[in-house]
Amino acid sequence: MTYGQLPYDIAHLLGGAMLLLSFVLLYQRRVQAVINAFAMQGAVLAMAAAWQGAMQSAPELYLTALVAFTAKAVLIPLALRAIVRRLNLHRAVETALGIGASMMAGVAVVALAILVALPITTGARAIAREDLALALSVVLLGMLMMITRRNAISQVVGLMSLENGLVLAAVGVAGMPLVVELSTAALVLVVFVVAGVFVFQIRERFDSVDTGAFAANHGEDAFEPEPEEASTAPPGAPPAAQRGDAG
Amino acid sequence: MLTAFSLVLALLLLLAVAAVPLAQRPAGARLVHGGCVAACLALALLGLVVLLAGGAGPPLVLPFGPPWGHALLALDGLSAWFLMLIGITGASASFYAMAHPPVRPAALPPFPLFLAGMALTLAAADAFTLLFGFELMSLASWALVASDHAQLENRRAARLYLMMAALSAACLVPAFGLLAGHAGGFSFAALRAAPPSGWLAGGVLLLGLLGAGSKAGLAPLHVWLPLAYPAAPAHVSALMSGAMAKVAIYVLARLLLDLCGPAQPLWWGAPLLVVGACSAVLGALRSNLEADVKVVLACSSIENIGFIVVGLGLALAFRGADLGPLAALAAGAALLHALNHGVFKTLLFLVAGSVQRSAGSRRIDRLGGLIHAMPLTATCALVGMAAAAALPPLSGFASEWLLLQALLAGWRTGDVAFQVLAAAGTALAAMAAALAAAAMLRLFGLVFLGRPRSPRGAGAHEVGRLERWALVVPAVLTVLLGLLPGPLLALAQPALASLLGAGASAPARGFALLGGTGDAAAWYLPLTLAVVLALAGLVLVLLVRARSPLETQRGPVWNGGFINPPEHLPFGDPLSQPSAAGMAQPLRRMLGTSLFAATEEVRLPPPGDTRVATYQAGFTDPAQGWVVAPAAWLRDAVAARTERMRDFTIRRCLSLGFATLLALLALLAWLEAH
Amino acid sequence: MQTLGGLLTQALHLVLMLLAAPLVVGGVRWLKARMLGRRGASPLQPFRDLRKLLRKRPVLAENASAVSEVAPYVGVVATLVAVALVPSFAHGMLLAPLGDLVLLAALLALARFALALAGMDVGTGFGGLGAAREMSFAAFAEPALLVALLSFSILAGTTNLDAVAATFRDGLLGLRVSLALAGIALLAVALTENARIPVDNPATHLELTMVHEAMLLESSGRHLALWEYEAALKLTMWLALLAAAFLPFGVAPAGSGPLAWLLGLLAWVVKMAGFAVALAVFESAIAKMRVFRVPEFLGAALLLALLAAALLFVSTGLA
Repeated sequence: MTYGQLPYDIAHLLGGAMLLLSFVLLYQRRVQAVINAFAMQGAVLAMAAAWQGAMQSAPELYLTALVAFTAKAVLIPLALRAIVRRLNLHRAVETALGIGASMMAGVAVVALAILVALPITTGARAIAREDLALALSVVLLGMLMMITRRNAISQVVGLMSLENGLVLAAVGVAGMPLVVELSTAALVLVVFVVAGVFVFQIRERFDSVDTGAFAANHGEDAFEPEPEEASTAPPGAPPAAQRGDAG
Repeated sequence: MLTAFSLVLALLLLLAVAAVPLAQRPAGARLVHGGCVAACLALALLGLVVLLAGGAGPPLVLPFGPPWGHALLALDGLSAWFLMLIGITGASASFYAMAHPPVRPAALPPFPLFLAGMALTLAAADAFTLLFGFELMSLASWALVASDHAQLENRRAARLYLMMAALSAACLVPAFGLLAGHAGGFSFAALRAAPPSGWLAGGVLLLGLLGAGSKAGLAPLHVWLPLAYPAAPAHVSALMSGAMAKVAIYVLARLLLDLCGPAQPLWWGAPLLVVGACSAVLGALRSNLEADVKVVLACSSIENIGFIVVGLGLALAFRGADLGPLAALAAGAALLHALNHGVFKTLLFLVAGSVQRSAGSRRIDRLGGLIHAMPLTATCALVGMAAAAALPPLSGFASEWLLLQALLAGWRTGDVAFQVLAAAGTALAAMAAALAAAAMLRLFGLVFLGRPRSPRGAGAHEVGRLERWALVVPAVLTVLLGLLPGPLLALAQPALASLLGAGASAPARGFALLGGTGDAAAWYLPLTLAVVLALAGLVLVLLVRARSPLETQRGPVWNGGFINPPEHLPFGDPLSQPSAAGMAQPLRRMLGTSLFAATEEVRLPPPGDTRVATYQAGFTDPAQGWVVAPAAWLRDAVAARTERMRDFTIRRCLSLGFATLLALLALLAWLEAH
Repeated sequence: MQTLGGLLTQALHLVLMLLAAPLVVGGVRWLKARMLGRRGASPLQPFRDLRKLLRKRPVLAENASAVSEVAPYVGVVATLVAVALVPSFAHGMLLAPLGDLVLLAALLALARFALALAGMDVGTGFGGLGAAREMSFAAFAEPALLVALLSFSILAGTTNLDAVAATFRDGLLGLRVSLALAGIALLAVALTENARIPVDNPATHLELTMVHEAMLLESSGRHLALWEYEAALKLTMWLALLAAAFLPFGVAPAGSGPLAWLLGLLAWVVKMAGFAVALAVFESAIAKMRVFRVPEFLGAALLLALLAAALLFVSTGLA
């Protein structure tokens, strides 16, 4: 299969949509929007899995699709949203690296992924090659999101987006057993629970879900607030308020 | 033909000598400039004839020259193209100077020398003559920049300019030296016969780019340019931007494309592409932030030089990838843009001179509303600025269209790294073009539209009769160059042949420009476009006026409900009109903060305090910190070290000379051993 | 015969676009109003507005120059020629050889320059503000546009719009990720160029947020009518451009007869209606962003376009 054939094109396009949504995740400034984009990515992942199931005539992939849809497109986003609401967390994403800079870094990472994935898959079917590059890009962008965002929620979403990339790669390979798939999904649930507990813990102990607050507890001289911590607004306050320019 | 060229050169030298006694009288100055007009027209004509004839035969051996041989003069297609360019810009600038001779007599004698230096550089057929002409040009233009040395800023500009000229010489001399040492001769024919390779070629590329680039004003060596251009009189700035920078480009093209041979690899284009694209964006952005008319124009020159160098870089890369037609496309874009920029930038600098003379200032914040007092100047300025903003169907767009087509074809080189570079270059070039449009809009809008911002500006008047022609002629040329780029590029065929080999064909068919290759090429048909635009305009005006016959009526300005300034403030509260800093605000915030470390500061006194609120905006060019500051530090350090030698005893002074002699002998021995 | 057919399609195309332009604007406004629960003015309202404005006597400020009077015509003519170059229902129009995508961008730049000049003519604060912002946005929109064109030119081998559209219609390009990314970049540019939400709000006259409208504050009568018409033409042109590039099906090939034209026209109407609905939904769902976030928005578009080009480099390298 190659370009110009509909099955390939649609699989490819779904992979591209996942990549695009990874960029959308990086671009967002509000936690709510991040969660929405993540839900959309889960839905696209489910579609990609279902399409691969139809194409490879592998019915177990439909189950994968179903699991992905219920967990990633519905349950986890709902739970995340509930957490944000219940805990009255920051509504704004706090970035360690600016939006523009992280987008640029993202494009560089994708270019790297393409350059890496294509040569090592020489000989594989064309459909596998570019899809693998796309999946690797999604994984790397998830990692990038984890290291460039300060909110615990954004970092958790980054982790799960990374996992989406892994699943995308897995469903693209014909003959992947479902066992692995289910275990991966379960892993995410565990990760999610852990992350949820994590969030609660931080909230209880530091009254903030900014993981930057841990920095103060490093080493000997504890409770020295770092300069950037001093400037963070209290929960619920719009952090962009200092820049009171027009428009 | 070369004899005629030598005669013109002699005329220019004679004028320079005659200018010393003649400079005291206005009539004398007029005479000298008149002579320069004639000489420049002759140069342009010579260039044209050589282009039509396709070359001027074997080189002319002058009966004098460096100690080891004779100086050689020759005019091939490339020389002729640039000769035509400096002829046109030189004639316009000299004609303008005839109408208004410079105030200072010191500015008169170097002017013909400046022209002669440029012409000599272009016609040189050996490395020594070329460098001699280049240095003559540098020193003469330095004298012109320094002519008004009473002002501190002009003195500083002249000092920095001299330093940069020294740097460019310090790079160009070894560049040609490396080539000549490798080839064993100084004539271009000998150099061509032995193209460099390996580290030698890399060294020539680096030194040539540094030497010619610093003269042309490529980032990061552009720092002298926004200081030196404004310091010179208007016609000299016009010549420096319109012609001198192009001579530097000529040297770059001659060195890298012609003398280094056609076998250079693909990556040779990459440094030129990167440096050119960065210069284009930085120059265009900076011209949006400056508040002095001439500085804005100078920064816009950096941008356009960047475009030309991008074209040359692409030509090198395409040639390295064996894509002959695309190399011709890129080189054609560079040549055409050099000519177009030369003409419209000359026009704009002359306009800036007229504005300064008539409205008494170059600062944008003291001008405004000049379209009412100087309608003709404003029209000419609009033509030039629309060309600089790359608007169709004017000249700037024709060449930038070719350049963009070349960039869009960059992926055909097949090398992924270069493809990505070309894609990034496309983005940067497009951004630079849009930034240039913003800069030109800001300049025209603030200087010519709106209301006067100072009493002196309100007393402006239209330029005189002679000066008027000096503005109209380049404006008409700008329009013509925009409408007829096809025949012009066909004329540039010999120039392309001397750059890329005899097989190169100009990317033009008849009146059309041709982008891309093969049947699927894109076309740009400026004449058709102009006719269509004119027809559509005519029909539109007729239709609209038929439906809407009422004449316009004048009333007080609406301005969202704000009223006009009161009668006792005829120029208004200056803050009620957009200012230079205000118009720059969006771009300063969007790009300036990251690229130029731009800052804004609003100081509001507390309530009850009667002090005025202040707003301050500023920026620093990064090159200032990276290039000028280290250079200044180096100069101080070297000076401090050298200073110690003053206290040396005679014995130690002699030992210094002795050590140098021994070192040179050792070098000679080493060279002979190899 | 070919020339005659080209001339006929060109003339029909122009008439179609001239009539469609106010209808597209009115239609989008009407749809938006319905979505917000208002009844909304009839889609034909822009026609009535234009007629009324043409009848009125234009008033110019005392210190207005000829620029204010000439610029509206320049703006409309430049946009009009751009409109004439974008195929709607048939390929092979008379001006198709002229229809280069880079030229199209430059014609839009010419219209923008004229509009900004008119905004600055009287020297009012709002005009200057709008002009400065409009030109600054263009500095980010143009690179995104050009790099998106790069993808087209790689796939079609040329930047001639007619050839690009024909390649996309006939060639077995399929659905390409790179094209999708370039399409999103182009959509962002289109929203910016047409001063739509989230970059600018076409319905607002709140001074601090407006960009496009700020430059029109001083124009009245037929000048205002011309500017309004220019905006409508530009919107229609962008939608037609997106339709020609990304939904190329149904367009009559060069040299075909009236039946194919009719089918093409039908397809075009459907596509334009689809775009109008999408635009209305999008504008109702999204809030306008702060002025200084627009570079981020367009920068993201530029990066997507670059990504599209990079993917194409890879796949052309593979083939």
